[in-house]
Parts: sequence; C-alpha cells; structure tokens
Amino acid sequence: MNDPKKRTQPGPGTKKTKSAHESGASKKPRKLFDQIIFRDWCKSCGICSAFCPENVIGRDQSGAPMIECPDNCIGCRFCELHCPDFAITIKERHTAPGRNRS
Amino acid sequence: MPEEVTKLIHKYLRHDKKFPHVWCPGCGNGIVLGALIRAIDRLGLAKDEIVLASGIGCAGRMPVYVDFNTLHTTHGRALTFATGIKLAKPSLTVIIVMGDGDATAIGGNHFIHAARRNLNLTAIIINNQIYGMTGGQHSPTTPYGCNTTTSPYGHIEQAFSIAELAVAAGAAFVARGTVYHAQLLEGLLEKGIQKSGFSVVEVMSNCHIQFGRRNKMGDPVTMIKWLKHHAVTIEKAGKMTHDSMKDKFTIGILADVEKPVYTEEYQKIREEAKRSAKEPKR
Repeated sequence: MNDPKKRTQPGPGTKKTKSAHESGASKKPRKLFDQIIFRDWCKSCGICSAFCPENVIGRDQSGAPMIECPDNCIGCRFCELHCPDFAITIKERHTAPGRNRS
Repeated sequence: MPEEVTKLIHKYLRHDKKFPHVWCPGCGNGIVLGALIRAIDRLGLAKDEIVLASGIGCAGRMPVYVDFNTLHTTHGRALTFATGIKLAKPSLTVIIVMGDGDATAIGGNHFIHAARRNLNLTAIIINNQIYGMTGGQHSPTTPYGCNTTTSPYGHIEQAFSIAELAVAAGAAFVARGTVYHAQLLEGLLEKGIQKSGFSVVEVMSNCHIQFGRRNKMGDPVTMIKWLKHHAVTIEKAGKMTHDSMKDKFTIGILADVEKPVYTEEYQKIREEAKRSAKEPKR
C-alpha cells in the first residue's frame, strides 16, 4: 500500500534484482527489511557479505560489512544465523502510512 | 522462523563477560553457540535446568558466555564430570561441548564408554580437524595428506570419523551437521537434547587460522564453502557411488535407536537396593 514509492527508488547495484521485483508490483507489497550491524561486536570476518544472496551487504576498504542496498533484502536471515559474533540483526520494516521514515 | 534471532540469543548471553568473544573472526564456534541457544529456546527449557560442561580447547570457552549452569573442566574429562552431574541430579539436562581432540584423543576412552553406557547426555563435538588453540598440531581427525605444524610434509595417518565411531560404540542418537547448514544443525541439536540416551552431534567446523592457512583455505568464507561442497545428506549419499563419496562426508541423522538408558536403570537399582534393605533378614 505505502511501499511502492520506496521500492521504485533506484539504488546502487540493484539493476538485476529490481526488474524482477517490479514485474510483480501490482501484487501485494513486498516485505522490506532493515539490517542492523552492531559494530562493537563485529570482527569483519566477511561471512555475511560473501553469502548474501542479493548482495545487500558489501565490504568497505577495511573489510567491515557495509549495507549497500537495504531495500533488496529478502529476509532470508542467512547472515543473522551465520554471524559468529551475533553482530547483525534483520528486522522487518514497518512503515506507518503517510509517515516519512528514514 | 523466530523474529529477530539475535535478540533471542542475547537473552541467553552473560553480558558481564567480555564481548566480542575470544574466538577468531569467522570461527564456527560462534555459529554453533547460536544454533545451540536457538535449539534450547525452541525446546522451552529454563536456564537453571541446563548444565553446559566443556573440556579444554577453543570449544571449551563456550560455557563462559552463556547463562546456564556451566562447568569448564579438565582436558578430555568433560564427559566424566557430566556423568557425575547426571547421576547426582538426573532431572538436569546435561550438554557437553568438546572439540575433536578433546573428545577423541585425550578423552577418547571416556567418549566410547559414555556411549556404551548410554547415559542420558548430549555431547556436541565441534570437529575443526586440528588442535587450534595450541598452535595447529594434527589431531585424530586431521585428514590424510593435510599440512599441520606437526606434519609439515603432509599428514600420514588416517582420520577418525567421530560420528561413525559413536555409532559403533553404541550411542543412541548420532548426527552430523556443519556450520554452513546452521538451520539443520539447530534441528539436530534439538533432537539430540530431546532424545533419551546418549546423543552425539558432530559439527564440522572451520579453523581457517590454523588448518586453513596451511592448506590453502586461509579465510572463513573459503572454508565454509568447502564444508558446503563436501557435505552430502544421508539420503543423497545412499544413491552415490563409493568413489564419488571419497572426499565427502554425510550430514543428517546417522543413528537413532531405543536402548535402556543408564540413568533410568540406575534409579531402578537404587529402589531395588532400598527395598531389599528394608526387608527383614533371614
């Protein structure tokens, strides 16, 4: 209902996956997820970015995980289940209608 | 799937301990700890009903971080301490975490005899194929031909298969998982804890620091991918030829049998002895 606006926003490196999702735009809105990285516990091992099926998580120059395109997350929770340091959380995004949330 | 897995795990951690934990970046022990906590949460066991015992080694650090009744024991003797706990208080759920060297080398005898007795315990054996903490010496599970500190020209011994050893020794429930298959592992741990009798869950893990660096797999991702490609489910393994299974290992439930459980038999003997003591002597 309130999500399509967010979904059509172009993001970096989202060309491939975007087109696939947009074809089903008339159906019920796709669930969106937020990725929260707890930096104090993260050891930058690279498991989350290597196994992410939608390449949501990348790595910066120091090797630390970096959220590149949060809207592409499908909520498989692979990173959350495989993080050895319990440093990443995937939360379903609930956007209230008519409210502009960051 | 539960909402916010990490939040759930934090419920069981001892936050007064030093975090992030002591294990190397990308170590499989953290993944196993997560799976164990999720399995315990799914079973709905109270924190005070659980005893987590461990021996020495990287895996031995696990009880430090969780808020159960915990015990960090001597090298290889985790099962003996656990046997004592279980016999003294059979109502407790006793889980033992051991490494491959801890369980099969130093504690090898304790391991096979605990399996033979069929005590109602759950042994989790984290198999990283090397002695990681002490500097990368070869362990009984190091595969043939691998390089370690003590076998710089390639390992010439054959490796133990812990799960098959446990089946042969008579464990009631034997399963093998990997750190890549975290959800499968969670299910196996859940079944292992539920099972009445000695249950062994072998977890194939990664030691990219000691094992990987000497065998061209220097980072956790390469090692976890190796586990992914070399693990074959038990159903699929039945259809494969002997040659194609050569460097692979099976995952899933390898044995699940019903046997008289030692702790129950022991209670019966105690009652029998009490009754005969009350009877007048002839």
